[in-house]
Formats: sequence, C-alpha cells, structure tokens
Amino acid sequence: MKFGVVVFPGSNCDHDAYYALGNVLKKPVEFIWHQSQDLANCDAIILPGGFSYGDYLRTGAIARFSPVMKSVERFANGGGLVLGVCNGFQILCEAGLLPGAMMRNSGLRFICRHVYIRVEQTDTPFTNAAEKGQILKIPIAHSDGNWTVDDATLAELEKNRQVIFRYTTPDGSDDAAGNPNGAMHNIAGICNRERNVAGLMPHPERAVESALGSADGLVIFRSMVEALVGAAKATA
Amino acid sequence: MATALTEIKVTPEIAAEHGLSAEEYARVKQILGREPNITELGIFSVMWSEHCSYKSSKVHLKRLPTRGKLVVQGPGENAGVVDIGDGLVAAFKIESHNHPSYVEPFQGATTGVGGILRDIFTMGARPIAVMDSLRFGEIRSGEWRVASSEKKQETTSEEAAKNRRILDGVIRGVGGYGNCFGVPTVGGEVAFEPCYSQNPLVNALALGIARKEDLFFAKAKGAGNPVIYVGAKTGRDGIHGASLLASAEFTEESQQKRPNVQVGDPFMEKLLLEACLEAMQTGAVVAIQDMGAAGLTCSTVEMASRGGTGIEIDLAKVPQRETGMTPYEIMLSESQERMLLVAEKGREQEVLGVFKKWGLDAVVVGQVTEGGLARIKNHGSVAAEIPAHPLAEEGPVYRRPIAAPAPRVESPKDWFAFAPEGRNLTQNLLKLLASPAIASKRWITEQYDTSVRTNTLAGPGASDAAVVRIKDPKTNEVKRALALSTDGNGRWCQLNPRVGAMHAVAESARNVAASGARPIAATNCLNFGSPEKPEVMWQFSEAIDGIAEACNALGTPITGGNVSFYNETLGKSIYPTPVIGMLGVLDDVSRVLKIAFRNAGDVIVLLDGASQTETGRHFERSEKSLFARELSSSEYSKTVGGLVAGEPPAIDLAAEKRLIDCLAALAAEGAVESAHDVSDGGLAVTIAESLFGSVGAGLAPPAVGANVCIDDSSPAELALFGERGARANVSVAPTKLAAVLATARQYNVTASEIGKVTRDGSFRIEHKGRAVIDSPVDSLRDAWANSLEWTLTGK
Repeated sequence: MKFGVVVFPGSNCDHDAYYALGNVLKKPVEFIWHQSQDLANCDAIILPGGFSYGDYLRTGAIARFSPVMKSVERFANGGGLVLGVCNGFQILCEAGLLPGAMMRNSGLRFICRHVYIRVEQTDTPFTNAAEKGQILKIPIAHSDGNWTVDDATLAELEKNRQVIFRYTTPDGSDDAAGNPNGAMHNIAGICNRERNVAGLMPHPERAVESALGSADGLVIFRSMVEALVGAAKATA
Repeated sequence: MATALTEIKVTPEIAAEHGLSAEEYARVKQILGREPNITELGIFSVMWSEHCSYKSSKVHLKRLPTRGKLVVQGPGENAGVVDIGDGLVAAFKIESHNHPSYVEPFQGATTGVGGILRDIFTMGARPIAVMDSLRFGEIRSGEWRVASSEKKQETTSEEAAKNRRILDGVIRGVGGYGNCFGVPTVGGEVAFEPCYSQNPLVNALALGIARKEDLFFAKAKGAGNPVIYVGAKTGRDGIHGASLLASAEFTEESQQKRPNVQVGDPFMEKLLLEACLEAMQTGAVVAIQDMGAAGLTCSTVEMASRGGTGIEIDLAKVPQRETGMTPYEIMLSESQERMLLVAEKGREQEVLGVFKKWGLDAVVVGQVTEGGLARIKNHGSVAAEIPAHPLAEEGPVYRRPIAAPAPRVESPKDWFAFAPEGRNLTQNLLKLLASPAIASKRWITEQYDTSVRTNTLAGPGASDAAVVRIKDPKTNEVKRALALSTDGNGRWCQLNPRVGAMHAVAESARNVAASGARPIAATNCLNFGSPEKPEVMWQFSEAIDGIAEACNALGTPITGGNVSFYNETLGKSIYPTPVIGMLGVLDDVSRVLKIAFRNAGDVIVLLDGASQTETGRHFERSEKSLFARELSSSEYSKTVGGLVAGEPPAIDLAAEKRLIDCLAALAAEGAVESAHDVSDGGLAVTIAESLFGSVGAGLAPPAVGANVCIDDSSPAELALFGERGARANVSVAPTKLAAVLATARQYNVTASEIGKVTRDGSFRIEHKGRAVIDSPVDSLRDAWANSLEWTLTGK
C-alpha cells in the first residue's frame, strides 16, 4: 500500500499530508511532482491544499492542466482512490472529476478555524471507518470554499448520496451558524458517483493529533487504509 | 527620459535631492577619488540611507547585549540564529514596513511579510511561523486628555473610518502573503493609539529552523565563482523605497509615493523558498543574499564586503520585466522575490537546474572578483565602479544631538481620580473588555492561516505566547517546541522611554514563560520619529539603555532586528515604540501552558515576583497620589477615564526574573492547569480572559465561573486594573496546591490563593470584603469576543 501526495507549484499542505500519512499513520508515502505522468505505483493519490500556481486566476484553474492531472484522471477513471483537500478539492472540481465550483466565501474573507462536519455517508472509501452522523472537528483555511452547483446536479448528488460531509454545529444541527462559507446545503465534502474520488474543504491532515486541537481527521485516512487493505484482500 | 538619466551630470544639488548631505557627498567623492556618475550616486544614496546604513542608530545599538552561549549568529547577517538543541538552530528576526503600509496598506504589509520570510530562508532555515506586531490610529472616535498638554487628543469619525480601512488592508496583506506562502501566522499584537493615525506600524517577525550544519551566510567567496540572479524579474517598482519612503518623514504629498511601494507575489516566494532550500542541498551554493531594501545594490555590495572580495555583474543579463531600464533603475529597483547567490565554479549547472525545475529565472550575471571592487557593467561598458567595503561599512556614522525634553510637570489633579471605595466596577470592566486594545482579536486572526505545517500547539490567544513544535527538517521527528511573543507599549515609552522599553522586554519574556518555555533570545524592532530631533534621539538612547538593562537581567541577548526612524507625519512623531520579539524553548511539547481555566474547583493563585518584603513596601507606599500616577498610564485610565498621564509602573527586573524562572519550573513539573500573566487591563482582565478561554475551548455548561477575593491596601481600581509587572495568575488542582506553593517559595515568588474556579457561570471579585465585580461570564464574554468585529464591520 502506498500513498502519493501530488506537489503542484504553490502546494503548501503537501508536507502536512506526507507527515500525517508517513509519520502519524506510518504508511508508505511519496511526493509526486506535478510534471510527472508517472504515479509511481501509488494506490491512493492525495491532492493537497495550497495555492497552486498562486491561484491568481481561479482556484485550481491552472493546476488542472498540469501533466500529472492526466494520470490522475486515468487513475480515477480506473477506480483508484483520489482525495482532494481544500485546493485539491478545487482542482478536482475544475478538472471535472467532481461536480460543482467554488465561489468566494460568503463573508468575502479568508477564514481559518476549527469547524464541525458531520459524516453523512459511510459507504465510501473515505468514511468507512467512521460512524454515520459522527461529528468531526477539523480546521478550515480558505478564501474560496463556497461550493455551488446547478439545482439539477445538486438534487442528483443528494439522491445518489454523494454528499459525504456537511458543516454542522458542534451538537450536530444543520443551523446556518455551522456553515462558515455559504456552501450550498452546508456541503463540506462530496464524492463522485463511483465513490472513489472525494474532495473536502476542511483539512483532515491538520487534525491527526490531539496536541494540535483534534485527531478527528484520522478517521478519513484510516478509512482509506481499510479500503485499500480490503481491496488487496479481494484481489488476493 | 530613461537614457537621458544616464547622461545627467551629478551636481551637489542632485546629491542633495538623493538625500545625501554635503559632507556625505564629499565622502563619496573621497572614496571614489572622483565625481560619481548618476548610477553611482543612486547606489551611495540607498546604501547610506538611514534604513540601510543605520547611520544614526549604530553608536547606540552597540550598547545592546548580543552575545550568549546559545547565540550562533548575532546582528549583521540576514537574521539572528540561536542554538535550540538536538543539532537544530532557530533563525528569527523582526522588521518594520511602516511607511509603505500607510501609503498602500495591502501591498505594504504583504511585502513586509515577504521580506522577513526571505531573510529567514536566505539563512538556509525553513520558515515555520510568522507574527505581526501592528499599531494603528484609533478605530473608534473619541478624545483623550493628555496631562501636561494643553490640547486633547482627538480622533474624528472620519479619521477612525480611515484607520479601519488601513487596518483592513494591512490584515488582508499580512494574511494574504502568509496564507499563500504556507507559513502559519501564529499571533502578534494589535494596538491602537491616536499617534499612529498617520503612521501605522507594521512589524513582521519570522522564525525558521535548520540543522546547524545547513546554515548559509551572505559572504561572497572564491574569485571566479559565478554570481547567479534568481527569482522574479526586475521592474521599476520600489525604486528608492528604502531611501525615500523609509528614510524621510511624511508630508501631505506622501500618498503620491505610492509608485515607490513594491508589489508582493507570495506564490513566487513560495517557489523561491523551495528552490533555494533544494539548491542549498546540492552543496554547490557558496553564499546567498536576498534582494530586499536597495535590491541588487545592497545584495551585491554586502556580499562582497562581508566576504572581503570584489564582485562584477553585467546588468544586460539581469532578467527584466520592462524594456529600456537604465542601470540606475535596475540597481535601485526593489522588485520583490529576488535572490542573489554565489555558486561554486563549475557546478553552476546543478544550481541552475534546481531553479529551472521550479520554473524560476536563474541567470549567471557575473562573478566574484579579487580586489574589492563592485563593478557594474551594462552591455560591456562600466556603469558603476565602487570599492565595496567602504561603501558598505564606511558610510557615515552620526552621533546625533540628544536632548531630554523638559520634565513633564504633573500634579495629582492631572491623574486618575479613583471611584469611591466599594463602588461596583462591573460596568468599567465591561467597557475595558470591549475596548479595541483588550477585546478578542479573533476576527483578525481568523483571517490568517494559523495551522498550516501542523506545528501550532498554541495559536493566537490560546497562550500568552504562540507555541510551535519543531520537526527535524530531515526526519520529521518532533523535537521540542518554540514559544514566541512580541510586545511593546508605546504609551508607556512616551511617558518614560527607558522604563517602557524595560517593560517591553519583561513582558515578552513573561509571556514566553507563561506558555511554559524558557526565554533564550530576543529580536527588536525600534520604531521612532526623526533622528534629526534631539528629543527623539533621547527617547531612542533611553530605550536602548532600557532594553540593554532588561536583556542583561533576564539573560536574553538581542540577536538582530531593525531600526525604523522618521515615523512622523507633518512634523509629529509617533510614540517611541520599541517592539521586542522574544523566543523561548520548551523541552517537553506536552507541557504547553494555556490561559484557559480547565476545571471547576481549581485554585486561582496569583504569583508575584516581588518578594514578600518588596510587596509590603509596594503597598506601604500608600500615598494615594502615587497609586493614581501609576494607574493614569494604564489601559483602564485611557478607556474608562479618557486620560493618558502619569508614569508606567515601576519595574523590578529581579522580580521579573524570579517569576519567569518560577513559571518555567511550574510548567516543567506539570503542576499548574493554566497560566496567564497580568498585563494590559490588570488582574481583572487576566482572570476574565482565562474564563473566556474555557468557553472557547468548548467546555460544556454549566459554564465556568470564578470567585475571587483580593485583600490589599490599594484602591480597588488599582488592585483590579493596575498593570504592575512581575505577576501571573495560575490555576491549580487542589491536590497540587502544596507543591505549587513550595515551588513558588523555592523561587522566592509570593503565591497568594485569591480564588476558585467555579461552575456557576458568574465572575465575582471582592475587594476588602466588598463585591466590586459581579457579572454573568457570558455577558462579559459577548462584549469581549465581538466588539472588534462590530467596530470593524459596522455590524
């Protein structure tokens, strides 16, 4: 089992994802350079947070054209696990691997703080170790997390249970107070229809040790590990 | 016009326009043995500007203690470096970007952060934290009586609105740069005084770590070694930023200097960081220097001067953003995100390859030479030729006239008038908690990425200092943690620069200790008015003496920093504002102390470094007028009484040292549940903030509260809101109380049990048996938590 963390110019959570997987979860992990088309036999790919290409145009709009994204797309279409965090989520939306687009936060400001998200679905490789309805405390740090999509796609997304994380209050209510950026339906994270590609705005890699305020993000990485172990067993 | 510039014949008038005095111009001619051409004149004028040459401050800065057994690099390099154990070193420095931030708040602040980050990674250290010490004019209208002055200080509503806009731009700039670059902005301070209205202070501190053997220095070596230019292209932005913006006072026309402000590109800087660190790992880099103030001029000349070599570059090879730039413009441009490095001859391709990988311009523009000349060529012809060492090191040094101002004549009627004893002071506490100075800065700090790099153990407001853990750059193994605090009190320095400066050092060290760390070294940013005014130089000299005395007493040498003079507009100086950035080491990352109370039933203990007898003496000094004089300089007096006067509290450095050692020991023993020093707003605010921290930490209701009894002879308002130093509040589990008291005794620190943490959601203080504070915690917290946002967003 090996994780790959893609490094775009301007990625700045690549080291954090590497540390969470390699040093905290003690799983094999390596960096994948954006100009490489070779995913180095990785079993799961992380698109980390940051400001790829400075995000001067529109978040993720340039990164999606990086050579590595061709391979990521092939990998995803072949059923490989791809997780996009923050800027990674934005890139996945731009690349069309996930639906929707990001607008500026409704408050028009960068926000960094711990938020609460509720696990909506557990039959995904990103949430299988969590309990349905489990509330995770995880930090956000972004200017553009106001996820939006047309009504038809949104309805389909809900129907297919592709909304996997929703912003909530600490006690689990859908109150608007829990939504930091104005995202539709309090959506913090979604997966594709095939459930092997997911993106979320909060940073699970920043919530892997209680000394840093929360270890709730671990469950997402543990889910991926379990999914990979399960897949390996199935093919064995 | 551009070509015409090269043909300009230099006259004494043109030299004067460049800010060079007649004596300085004569010196230029003496060093060159001839008249300078216009490019050379430009080079001299920036190198000898106040900002780059420290010509007015040098003689005073020598009095600062800069050595210590942990100091690896003191002042004189891009940043100070201290040994933090395990083969690791910390590089840190604070710098000002005041004038640009007034002219163009967003870009001024971003380039301030960008500049200090480059100073850190130029040393080979990866930046792991940024802090910002910010000062603005009042953001709410009002007026303040200043004793010994005929005029009231007034802030109109228009002025307050303008100050809010400046603050907004600066905050966005600070956040915008660090957030994109990927370094957490872990705290700092935001303070308000009317004097900063036309001259805000933006001081940025950066901290980085490296393995000791991986440090780099800016010393050109080895004749024949290639000189490589990397990073952003050179444009016409920021020409004369250092000499015209940073080294002259402001007038009404200053807004027209906007083109002199540089523009920041944090994405470019992030690439530069990664590429530089990777290039350094090749072993082919000999020396490296960032291009900050005075750009290409400063970097070429200083590298050669420090290395005792010469340098030759060809401007035709410098990547340029615009066409038709003259040598003068290229040499003086302050375009951001550029570096100059010296590589080992024959290995330049290894270095160039790394920069190519990161998509950055990297071009060999010249070479190191023998003989000590800085020779600037342009398309084959010589554009400037100046001996590097005299230019860098033998610039003018001034012993500017010093004159103490006439002593302030104040009498008791100028001082704070105490409320009748027994008066309920809850409304005053509420007002104080809602004042911009004391109120929660959450609305600001949430716009900063505080958690990237996953090291932040205590972010803004969680502890008295910001605490970040250290991962070994090679293995990612978590070692110790570092604590950082920036502090300064302009109002106190205005009233008494020496004592005010000592307080700044003491408070920063106390804050570091209250987070559980041992303070080891400091950096300083000295913000003052015009050095050409004798009374400003007196303030400066006094402040230096105060810093020196306090740093000596606390064992925390100054490893670097920055002097910012000419902070005045229309002839009016800011308060003298030395800002201290203190660094501390915490050996056990699990022993971080935070300010929030944790458990109902814990005992609240006030630690006072003033030993029993001294405490007694303090209270015997019961002349009410002396108490009034002390309180008149406090935040309480300014906010509640509309009065700024008196003297800062007397300082006792021995008491500060005892308290600091005691706090570090208590943290190491794991003996206390929380710690918070007594500073702005006094004891009542200290306890209130510990209560608010618990609410923020998500403790379930019934909410935390506190019952406190204070029994001393001073008036209630001084006991509650006085800001005398050397004190901190800790909360202690009852089972550990005896141990805490024993440790305090061992350090000769007075420990008084003043109250208990409760679960009834109320905050009560009794003074001499009478209730003076009685309020639900929630209503106090609402005012404290939201007032800044309400003020800034008009909600």
